[in-house]
Amino acid sequence: MTGNITFLGYGLAAIGPGIGVGLIFAAYINGVARQPEARGMLQTIAFTGMALTEALAILGLVFVFVFDSTP
Amino acid sequence: MSLSVVPAHWLQGGIAATDGEEGFQAPSTEDFWWPIFGSDTSNWAFTRPSFVMMASVVIIGWFFFTVVGRLSIVPTKRQWVAEQGYNFVRNSIARDVIGAKDFRQFLPLLLTLFFLIAFNNIMGVLPFVQFPTMSRIAFPIVLTLIVYVVYHTVAIRRKHGVLNYLKSLVPPGLPGWLKPIMFFLEFLTYFFIRPLTLALRLFGNMLAGHLMLLVFILGGEYLLLHGSTIFIQFSGLLGLGFGIVMTFFELLVQFLQAFIFTLLAALYISDAVSEHH
Repeated sequence: MTGNITFLGYGLAAIGPGIGVGLIFAAYINGVARQPEARGMLQTIAFTGMALTEALAILGLVFVFVFDSTP
Repeated sequence: MSLSVVPAHWLQGGIAATDGEEGFQAPSTEDFWWPIFGSDTSNWAFTRPSFVMMASVVIIGWFFFTVVGRLSIVPTKRQWVAEQGYNFVRNSIARDVIGAKDFRQFLPLLLTLFFLIAFNNIMGVLPFVQFPTMSRIAFPIVLTLIVYVVYHTVAIRRKHGVLNYLKSLVPPGLPGWLKPIMFFLEFLTYFFIRPLTLALRLFGNMLAGHLMLLVFILGGEYLLLHGSTIFIQFSGLLGLGFGIVMTFFELLVQFLQAFIFTLLAALYISDAVSEHH
């Protein structure tokens, strides 16, 4: 079996940000369900939080190609 | 100088390798190098993303100039589209994030960013173009550089000088021993992490999305046409179908990335114009 271990590593590394993004949107949906008029304000906060959490996954994706060991 | 409309490595035997005994060639970052004129060895190359970017500037400019030239109280379809886009950026991004007092002067920048990125991203799934411009790192870097210069310049002006700006990075009311650590962290965030993630997020999403579509569609095609049994061919068909589903998912992601990039640019600017911290 041939392949590149960095992609496997990235798959594992994406678990954390995945859980994080899930938690953020769970909280956002909860908040909107409880108080629909706060939607606009919560949306900004939710997307900001998502952007920060997702940054980790994106850095991981870039490192996959940076540390690519195949010639 | 050669004129080519396919990725450069296809011409160097890539297609032959896919069809021959060597088996399936997984899509890689090489699929993103599409020079129209020139090649990797020449000093310059006019690539497909640069063509898409130039075309997008012309098309967006033409669209808005023609709409603004004939404004009417009962809007035409095109005016409606333009108004919806404008309202979306103005109200739910600029005014909500920057605040009603200061948002007006940053509206041109945010509008340009949003429409340029949205249009260029949607080019990633539009038939006959199908290349997300932002999957070449140079384009996000330039856009981020513009935002970077703008928010630092605004902050230095609003906070009366570079020194006051650096001082304002530390939130007030911290114990003395914590201040250097906090300053270091905030400095790193404002000057390195924010621009880095802003550019890499857009780039990474577009690269990963396009790569995923390539895997499903090229892989599905290979299984369907070169599969040895009927089951493998059927799974190839499934892969192609899923590729179509993922194309629509990509459409959502592309719009969302344009929205997030503009939102974060507005957020950084709002940090710069706010009086405290």
